[in-house]
Amino acid sequence: MRSRSLRLKQKGHVMTAQPRRRVALFVSCIVDQIYPAVGLATAELLERQGVEVTVPRGLTCCGQMAFNAGFRDDAYAVAGRTIEVLRHQGDVVLPSGSCGAMIRHLYHELFHGTRHAAAAKELAARTYELTEYLVDVLGVSDVGARFSGTIAFHDACHGMRYMGLGRQARVLLEHVAGATIVPLPGSDECCGFGGLFAVKQHQISEAMLHRKLAHIDQCGCDVLVTGDTSCMTQIAGGLSRAKSRVRARHIAEVLANRVER
Amino acid sequence: MTTHTIAFFDRVESALHDDSLQTALGRATTRFIGNRASAVAAVDDFEALRDRARAIRAGALARLDELLARLADMIERRGGHVCWAEDGAAARQYIIDLAQQRGVHTIVKSKSMASEEIHLNEALEHVGLDVIETDLGEYIIQLAGETPSHIIAPAIHKTREQVRDLFVEHLGMTPTDDIPTMTRTARTALRQRFLQADMGISGVNFGVANEGAIVIVENEGNARLTTTAPRIHVAIMGIERICENLDDLGVLLQVLARSATGQRLSVYTSVISGPRRPHEPDGPDEFHLVLLDNRRSDIIGGGYAEALMCIRCGACLNACPVYQSIGGHAYGGVYSGPIGAILTPLLQPELPDVHKLPHASSLCGACEWACPVKIAIPDLLLRLRADAVKNGKYEPYEPLAMFGWRQAMTNPALYGMGGKLASLGTRMLGRDGRVGWLPPPLDQWTKQRDFPAFAPKTFTELWEERKRAGS
Repeated sequence: MRSRSLRLKQKGHVMTAQPRRRVALFVSCIVDQIYPAVGLATAELLERQGVEVTVPRGLTCCGQMAFNAGFRDDAYAVAGRTIEVLRHQGDVVLPSGSCGAMIRHLYHELFHGTRHAAAAKELAARTYELTEYLVDVLGVSDVGARFSGTIAFHDACHGMRYMGLGRQARVLLEHVAGATIVPLPGSDECCGFGGLFAVKQHQISEAMLHRKLAHIDQCGCDVLVTGDTSCMTQIAGGLSRAKSRVRARHIAEVLANRVER
Repeated sequence: MTTHTIAFFDRVESALHDDSLQTALGRATTRFIGNRASAVAAVDDFEALRDRARAIRAGALARLDELLARLADMIERRGGHVCWAEDGAAARQYIIDLAQQRGVHTIVKSKSMASEEIHLNEALEHVGLDVIETDLGEYIIQLAGETPSHIIAPAIHKTREQVRDLFVEHLGMTPTDDIPTMTRTARTALRQRFLQADMGISGVNFGVANEGAIVIVENEGNARLTTTAPRIHVAIMGIERICENLDDLGVLLQVLARSATGQRLSVYTSVISGPRRPHEPDGPDEFHLVLLDNRRSDIIGGGYAEALMCIRCGACLNACPVYQSIGGHAYGGVYSGPIGAILTPLLQPELPDVHKLPHASSLCGACEWACPVKIAIPDLLLRLRADAVKNGKYEPYEPLAMFGWRQAMTNPALYGMGGKLASLGTRMLGRDGRVGWLPPPLDQWTKQRDFPAFAPKTFTELWEERKRAGS
């Protein structure tokens, strides 16, 4: 594993070159309530790289739902509290490019000119999405995962456009032993989730989902992998309604060997 | 005047079920996206070009007064006339008065979104003037009695078969699906009109302050005829569409053509700086430039000023999965797609339900990435949504839902309790972790999708258990 590069072999002992890394894990409200396995897989992946994982007490949500709906006062209350909870917690890792983008890109807009402005900026600078943290910060490309089957990757919009994600996940997936990665046509096209958009404009959301499902069908994958549980909810909801054999899973689950063949 | 209403979500359903529209949209946006991609790839550093274009637009907006004054001054010195129109009504009145004073009967028009914005054709026809659109796409939709559904491809929603039927009905064409035959038919009909016309009305792609000139790009040659054949030329320009000099123009024309149609440059680029001068053989006797404000100066300096950087290339429409799904008409305004969802509420705030337009987006950001001047379209949509809420415009259930959400997300005990209730509820409604029906308003989710049941134990609980077990 590449993680050895972080350590020095000295007199026959493996010694860490720097103090042990410690991160605060912010799993997001969706993972906490609906997909706890994704949170556990994320913690496990980080721990296997020698990272100490803490979960700050009282974390709930980044506030994006209300922010996207235009209810900025409500978003401010929730996000402001999140900033407080994450204060002095060191690097923050999220298994979500969307919540990550909220903190890194949109907190600036939400907190601009408020008492949280400086703290929001400081938090943005130490916030990472999981695959980004593994590949770009830790320098890992092989996490020792195995999966026998074909995998296709869907680029979640916010992570891809506002955090520069996609490359990292593909590097990690290419190193999954036994897996064949097949290209997903239109992998960078929105699945149609979009938060409340999926409910308020459900017809458009469904049309976008059906294009995504057609592409998934075309590529012939066993598992559709993505880095956001929001897209995963949309895509999995469509797949199960269509009685498809394809499963939608979060990348942390695949990398932590939580997806059975 | 008729109302120019937004019934826009009402039209979504019919747009999604209109097979011809879906076929036409699929074909056209795919072609546009492909052409743009190759045109962009052919430039060494398109990103750098976008950055330059953005800086040019921002610089021009910052000195708008000065640049417009220079443009107007030079045009007047060459014998042209400049009308500073505060709103659509002023612009319409100026053109109507001019037409009536000069005894105009027939007007040919080349493509102009600004004229669409002020509903000019309707006003001119109302006073008995004969108005003919000469851009092929505009001509098609004029025959069909429709409005443009795309900024640069107004008839993008029409299939070849629909155009054939229109030409058979209105131009007496012998039925054929052969495109050259169809364009020849339109061309023959339009030639007559160019020769008859007393006035030509055009749009403006860019004003160039230092040259005292306006620039029009096109691919059909109809704008050249519109601006030279009739004895009067009226150009309508949104006041924001200006740049300082020819160097800046060069950058803007490059990103415009590549972003719009995937061309390196449009087929015809006309630079017009006034009426025909005594030694020139062609050109109109009179040249009038209508500088249209229509709320633009209110936007400058505010939170939406960036929207005025738009150069009307249509790339954000093509890239948008929402536009691809419903086309332009569903947006119900003059400008459609992502930029339309910003411009329409800003330029026509009086339209009913216009505050809903910024919600016609999944916020995926494809628009911002396609934009040649990097307008942060999703951020502006989010601001418009926030402004609407501030003005009391939201769905009836939203305030209560947001209140409940806020309480739960800021109070761990409530959060835990709410989660348990949701878990119990969704597990009772579901089977094998999938929920096929949810109560309103969430039934909108379950119409075509399953929803996952909440977990019996949250991550937080499992994490605490794991810690206690000491693993």
